[in-house]
Amino acid sequence: MENRDTKAWLYLLPAILFLGVFMIYPLVDVVVYSFEQGYNSASQSFSGVGFFNFSYVLRDPYFLQALKNTFILVIITVPVSTAFALLISVALSSIKKLQDLFQTVYFLPYVTNTLAVGLVFMILFKRTPYSDGLVNLLIGWFGGEAVDFIDGPYWAKMFVLCFYTVWVVLPFKILVLTSALASVDRNYYNAARVDGTSRGRIFRKITLPMISPMLFYLVITGFIGAFKAYSDAVALFGTNLNAAGMNTIVGYVYDMLYGNSGGYPSFASAAAILLFLIVLTITCINLLVKNRSAKN
Amino acid sequence: MKVVLQNLTKQFPGRNKQPGVTAVNNFNFEIPDGELIGLLGPSGCGKSTVLNMLCGLQKPSAGRIFFGEEDVTDLPPEKRGVGMVFQNYALYPHLTVLQNILFPLQNLKGEQKLSKQEMTDRALEAAKLVQIDMLLDRKPSELSGGQQQRVAIARALVKMPRVLLLDEPLSNLDARLRLQTREEIRRIQQETHITTIFVTHDQEEAMSISDHIVVMNAGVFQQMGKPQEVYDDPVNLFVAKFLGTPPINVFDGEVRGEALFIGADRVLDVPGVRDGAVTVGIRPEGFLLRDGGALRCRLKAVEIMGRDKSIVAENPACQSPTIRAIISAEVSCDVSQTEIGFDIKPQKLCLFEPESGARIRFAAK
Ligand SMILES: Nc1ncnc2c1ncn2[C@@H]1O[C@H](COP(=O)(O)OP(=O)(O)O)[C@@H](O)[C@H]1O
Ligand SMILES: [Mg+2]
Repeated sequence: MENRDTKAWLYLLPAILFLGVFMIYPLVDVVVYSFEQGYNSASQSFSGVGFFNFSYVLRDPYFLQALKNTFILVIITVPVSTAFALLISVALSSIKKLQDLFQTVYFLPYVTNTLAVGLVFMILFKRTPYSDGLVNLLIGWFGGEAVDFIDGPYWAKMFVLCFYTVWVVLPFKILVLTSALASVDRNYYNAARVDGTSRGRIFRKITLPMISPMLFYLVITGFIGAFKAYSDAVALFGTNLNAAGMNTIVGYVYDMLYGNSGGYPSFASAAAILLFLIVLTITCINLLVKNRSAKN
Repeated sequence: MKVVLQNLTKQFPGRNKQPGVTAVNNFNFEIPDGELIGLLGPSGCGKSTVLNMLCGLQKPSAGRIFFGEEDVTDLPPEKRGVGMVFQNYALYPHLTVLQNILFPLQNLKGEQKLSKQEMTDRALEAAKLVQIDMLLDRKPSELSGGQQQRVAIARALVKMPRVLLLDEPLSNLDARLRLQTREEIRRIQQETHITTIFVTHDQEEAMSISDHIVVMNAGVFQQMGKPQEVYDDPVNLFVAKFLGTPPINVFDGEVRGEALFIGADRVLDVPGVRDGAVTVGIRPEGFLLRDGGALRCRLKAVEIMGRDKSIVAENPACQSPTIRAIISAEVSCDVSQTEIGFDIKPQKLCLFEPESGARIRFAAK
């Protein structure tokens, strides 16, 4: 028995070493930095220990803006993208002809680089000396007023960011949900049809509960992913996100480390810890909800 | 409700240049009201396809289906009033037993709509009928195979269907439970008098509980009748071979001058049969042990099975390596002898055309 234990540990050793060096150690370090006031990585010195970093970050208007942006992004894109993905995968799995073609089309954005997709969005939304972008052209056709989506009002920029985020996360969710739908045993549907169940009721009472584990998986990973959003905003609004008022929490952490106002690892660590606490809380709530609904 | 199948045919188109499959080929038969019918045939012969057409999940390629006088061929499943029990039960895993049984009732609309109380009463009644009323709050995963089976039957019965269809309902149960559950199905059918079609590939199962059995093979209808009649009087070699455990013993034989020869042994007089080669089927219980009996065989073993003795022997004319004869345990059999003789009971012997397998009848004396 003991022999087997040592063996098991031996097998786990590479993974433990790897995780220890590249995950646990930096994590602990970040926690330590976040409590060290005015830490300087060059001289490895700091001037005090306490909650100073946190109180600074929580009062920094740029952080508060980033916090607000991130929350709006999360609250809008997670439900919208999951709902759209569900709609599209149900439609996909009920068509017979050209199903593979459509599946490929919907999956394309997933294998396309974020920045390339960002470029496409630029063409759609950006105002140049020559045109107002494709979307404004459409708005014009319907008699609307042209909007500057990239440098214009806050809501327009937020709309583009959300649109973009949904667009980027959609393919993966569709992929997961189509395979979840395909794995539901046909016999359940046959049994329901013989019993005269309407399509809506089949969807609510059979399909949804059967794929609910996958839905929860998507919601939880969706929340986590959206809280960590950064590159999407950069792709649309460039690297100076604070100026654009479109920064995210991860963007704020990055700026505090390397950006124009960079060189503050303590503030960056404090912001990172705050993000970690937020994601942890939301994930715990999600799991609680999941367990609660699994029991009923 | 009597069920009539008229020229019922189902073809599946071939894919990727493969030829299509005729899963059900021109079925014509009538199932009397209130009977339990065993639909019997080897795996892949089209039994499930017949059921799927009866319940409306699959459309026939040709032919009509009548429930009573009503033509239901073009009706969707929910308008047919059928209850179906699937081979793997298809119980909804996220619902409790009670919710599973209630499910079909909650689908009812318009005039048929029931109040909550009525639904619960009906569900309880169905649960009592199959004796699972103490398990109502469990999830299907917390039930044994036999209990799941009962829940599936209760769910199929709760709408009071005109026809109950069971697709290999016992194949997922262990041997003892299978025996018990098939009695149970018989009891439930006799209490409810619902016309029931019971699909199985196990002939013993079908024979033991059915009022009538329908034997099919490779999509083609073979024979319908009372189990004993079909067993005693098969229309062809396939039916003869398919029914009975141990199976019928098949020999190559020859008829010369209205007498049947197996090898060199003159076994039986078969008046009215033309000379020529024949295939001979003898039921295991058709052998009578007698020194100097008509059919001589090499004795291999004697197996005591309590009530009966099973004699395993060899004969060069037999199509299988060994012959199996069942004789009463009282008859003594000298195990040391190498050659034994059998007389054959004429009513347990059938003759068939060697090529087509069609039955050749003769007047047994
Ligand atoms: N949906 C289908 N498409 C093509 N062929 C099918 C389909 N369903 C059944 N078959 C074929 O029809 C034949 C009968 O199948 P089935 O009715 O399931 O047999 P059984 O229930 O007697 O085992 C088989 O050869 C099977 O391969
Ligand atoms: Mg089948």
